[in-house]
Amino acid sequence: MERKITFKSKLLNEDEVRRALTRIAHEVIEKNKGSEGLCFVGIHTRGISLARRLVDLIERFEGRRVPMGILDITLYRDDLTEIGLQPKVRETRIPFDLSGKAVVLVDDVLYTGRTARAALDALIDLGRPSRIYLAVLIDRGHRELPIRADFVGKNLPTARSEVVKVKTQEDDGEDAVELWEVEST
Amino acid sequence: MSASATPTFPPHLLDFQDWSRPQIESLLETARMMQEVLARPVKKVPALMGFTVATVFFEPSTRTRISFELAARRMSADVVSFSGAMSSTAKGETYRDTLRTLEQMGIDAYIIRADAAGVCHQAYRWLGKPILNAGDGWRAHPTQALLDAFTLLERLGSLEGKKIAIVGDILHSRVARSNAELLPLLGATVVACGPATLLPAHLPGAHLTTDLREALQDADAVMVLRLQKERMDKGLLPSLPEYIAAYQVTRARLAWARPQAPLLHPGPMNRDVEMEGILAEAPQSLVERQVANGQAVRMAVLYHLLVGRKRSEG
Repeated sequence: MERKITFKSKLLNEDEVRRALTRIAHEVIEKNKGSEGLCFVGIHTRGISLARRLVDLIERFEGRRVPMGILDITLYRDDLTEIGLQPKVRETRIPFDLSGKAVVLVDDVLYTGRTARAALDALIDLGRPSRIYLAVLIDRGHRELPIRADFVGKNLPTARSEVVKVKTQEDDGEDAVELWEVEST
Repeated sequence: MSASATPTFPPHLLDFQDWSRPQIESLLETARMMQEVLARPVKKVPALMGFTVATVFFEPSTRTRISFELAARRMSADVVSFSGAMSSTAKGETYRDTLRTLEQMGIDAYIIRADAAGVCHQAYRWLGKPILNAGDGWRAHPTQALLDAFTLLERLGSLEGKKIAIVGDILHSRVARSNAELLPLLGATVVACGPATLLPAHLPGAHLTTDLREALQDADAVMVLRLQKERMDKGLLPSLPEYIAAYQVTRARLAWARPQAPLLHPGPMNRDVEMEGILAEAPQSLVERQVANGQAVRMAVLYHLLVGRKRSEG
């Protein structure tokens, strides 16, 4: 069975992505009462670019750069025994101590919640943060686990047959969020 | 979850005949990621939870077995160990019976070391499960070659066009054979050197020489093999002093190689026999690095051999 995906619509353009991230950055500082003890961890691949943007924005607002790490959740996935699936293990690099920190975990899209679950397990193996927040650019619903985001760029009701593609300047050459349709042929 | 898939891998690591350069490079890249896991305070990830791995060592070895077992445990696999040095007469059937017994216990992958070449190939035919060769006779020791390549890449960046000298008892060395197979696949040239009585007639992948100077001249890295003293009893060497005089890798001789050429040894080492003892602690020595990298490489091999495969139903 071949999976064909076709473009449906653009959900957010460059300006809208920027505004959403700016709002999230403000909300994070507000919730944390400043940037003290704050750090960001981006999940591969788009989550890393988005986390870097948030760190840049907070530096602009607060005048200090908070630490940032990158996280690969492959070794924590719950589907590694699925036949024929062998995801590539990518880099994890957290160049600071997580203990006692308020960690903002950043991903592009929150969907089933399985990636976030794996990321939480990975983070807890790496240290003992004082708390963990979840920030996502898009929450598209259809959760399979009791997980919610603390900061959301945009809530977007979707059908399961749809794909939400977040594009970033760093990874794709443009900032945008697009909706695609999957057709099984 | 996003799935950027890696190239599909052979269901076994018997030697490198079924492995392509992109597969090897991808595996070594995974090993680099595993180093990060090993640098953590808690060195354990759940990737192989629910898989059961057996180390089956028909030939005694402590260090290799520990390295494999730790690698499997750090990935959360269950590990069982079978070790028994078998008498050489009873081989064929005994290997098979042992493996058949383990098969009934629901083993997902077998890490096998044997004193006879080809046991791992046979095991794959018998069991049809992922088989990892941990050394079979003089034939192959692929994870040793992988960790050597990994360690060399860490230091040299690339093996493309690099000259790697392997010195010592080439004839009886599965390490030399596996390296001669693997390193050229990554772009290196291998020169194997030893006395005529300890050189094979032919070593695929390597140029052979009895001239130590020729082997070391401008080498980008030097790998020294252990000289087993029992070779003397078989009349393959006239005397130890004679071997040392002609073939010991010394500081003075290492000057023939490129400056700071890394020095490797698969261990265990006979200090002041195959290599001037003091060199083991020299700045260019990567001996300890090899051991540390061994675990990361073995974790990567287990990941690629097991993830995405059907679990055993035994």
